[in-house]
Amino acid sequence: MTSHSLGRFLDQYRGAGSFLSVCLLLILVMFGLPLFVSTFGLLQVTILAVMSIFALSQGFVWGFAGIMSFGQAGFLGLGAYAYAVAVINYGDSTLAVPISIILSMLFAAVMGYFMFYGRISDAYVGVITLTVSVILFQLINSTSGSQYRIGVVELGGFNGIPAIPPLNLIGDPSRPLDQTGIWYATMGGLLLVYGLLRFILMSRFGRVVVAIRENETRAQLIGYDPRLFKLLAFVTGAGIAGLAGCLYVNWAGYISPGVFALTMSAQAIIFVLVGGLGTLLGPILGAVLIQWLINTIGDQGAVDPGLGLGIILVAFVLLFPKGIVPLVRAAIQQVLTWRKRNVGSPLLADADPLQSGAE
Amino acid sequence: MTSPNPAPARKLTPLLEARDVTMKFGGVTAVDHVDLVLNEVELRCLIGPNGAGKSTFFKMLTGQLRPSGGSIRFRGNEIGGAHPHEIARRGVGIKTQIPNLFDGLSVRENVFIAAARRKSVARATAIVDEALERLHLTDIAGREVGRLAHGQRQWVELATVLAQEPELILLDEPAAGMTKVEVERTAQLILEINRTHAVVVVEHDMQFIRRIAKVVTVFNQGKILVEDHVDRVLADERVRNVYLGNSISA
Repeated sequence: MTSHSLGRFLDQYRGAGSFLSVCLLLILVMFGLPLFVSTFGLLQVTILAVMSIFALSQGFVWGFAGIMSFGQAGFLGLGAYAYAVAVINYGDSTLAVPISIILSMLFAAVMGYFMFYGRISDAYVGVITLTVSVILFQLINSTSGSQYRIGVVELGGFNGIPAIPPLNLIGDPSRPLDQTGIWYATMGGLLLVYGLLRFILMSRFGRVVVAIRENETRAQLIGYDPRLFKLLAFVTGAGIAGLAGCLYVNWAGYISPGVFALTMSAQAIIFVLVGGLGTLLGPILGAVLIQWLINTIGDQGAVDPGLGLGIILVAFVLLFPKGIVPLVRAAIQQVLTWRKRNVGSPLLADADPLQSGAE
Repeated sequence: MTSPNPAPARKLTPLLEARDVTMKFGGVTAVDHVDLVLNEVELRCLIGPNGAGKSTFFKMLTGQLRPSGGSIRFRGNEIGGAHPHEIARRGVGIKTQIPNLFDGLSVRENVFIAAARRKSVARATAIVDEALERLHLTDIAGREVGRLAHGQRQWVELATVLAQEPELILLDEPAAGMTKVEVERTAQLILEINRTHAVVVVEHDMQFIRRIAKVVTVFNQGKILVEDHVDRVLADERVRNVYLGNSISA
């Protein structure tokens, strides 16, 4: 093996290593936490996992596909409402879960078709996604009254839909999940989404998506159609947000138009910014950290959570614009190169610190 | 023109045939009824002063601009106004004037993305290794492209274009920002590529043109001024006047 191919091998190995360690960590938390935490505690942590999935959807669409979606909450809300309406109508969550994901994806497909095939510039993609989420918020907000119903479900306007049944075992509505079960389902969803995104990013499709983020013109001149790749990435992100919405309802037990609100979209952006744009671990860390902070600040009631969030955002943009994960990664690289220089390890000689994409 | 026998006529179909190609930006005509025919495995150099319409012409060939008029045929198929990715799939590769690269990705990843379209990963990897080797990029394969020097970036882009395995290669100022040694290496490389591929080169460096050119087409004010063998073109009085001034005699 030449030193060159050894370097490549090490890079791949390192990527696989970090993937496996993140998976292992998630599994450990998933099965370990219920042993130490009360049911109430578990309820509090479940929302962190839900928000992590939501953050991953933003992190993929924005950080890897380079699509500035300001309205990811629109898909979160669609997924949430779709689940609520479907599960009450069917009395069974087996179909409600895929419906919540697919509805978000279909909506994103129509929206994305007009945005990407209509050659809307990047800034306007931000404006349109933001506007659409606001329209959805207003729309759902104004559905009070019994005339606004889907099947047996009244949409309920500003009050939303109460008493939404949780997930049940597949095909068996008589056995609903308890709080611990929902924790497992949520963490399972997080693992699945993380694994799926890792897989996508390793695949040729994902690599082209990232390449298009870097230079759309070059991708075109090579023969890729950026519109199609962006659309598929956008739809994937929407599906993940839809799943997050479905799990959000399961956590909360009710749903109100608040899920569509601008603050939800803004939170997702802040999760990604704080954790690290262009990473998968970053959005998860950002979501856990920020959501935990919001909850803690909210409990104390001394400072307005929105104000606290704003201060954190400004501080990060000014001090660590790349976010936590890239910061820590750079620090580790620094230590490694320092050691390499001092010890002269031949193994690391070819593993270039600038190699990007390895997380 | 009608041909009684389609078989020999197909053999005579040029690789690229631009007829009456025109590009207007508002009131300005950047390219004015240009005719250009390029045969298989031909090497053509385009020269002309800044603003003569060379890059605009290239952009129409690659689909980045939609011609206001005229037709562009690639192996007999109309490509004028088609999407850039469609034209690229037919086999046109371009190194743009300002390098278009995936800046945040490594050299290897840049070339891989170009090689990987519709090919197996094993085949693509082999193409990448060969292209990197050919352009002496193997040692910097892991480096981030955005941090390379301009000359190196030019070669990465050239490797990207080669990895795409096009039939026709368009090179817009391939020697810009290179050292003398690099320019010589680029010239050799273009001649080498030209053994199997048709190449069109836009350049300002006359040494470079002399080194590689056979037939030269001179653009001026959106029109073709002369098209002839390099020696005759460089000796042409009109060409000296519009473009070269007195530097040609140096």
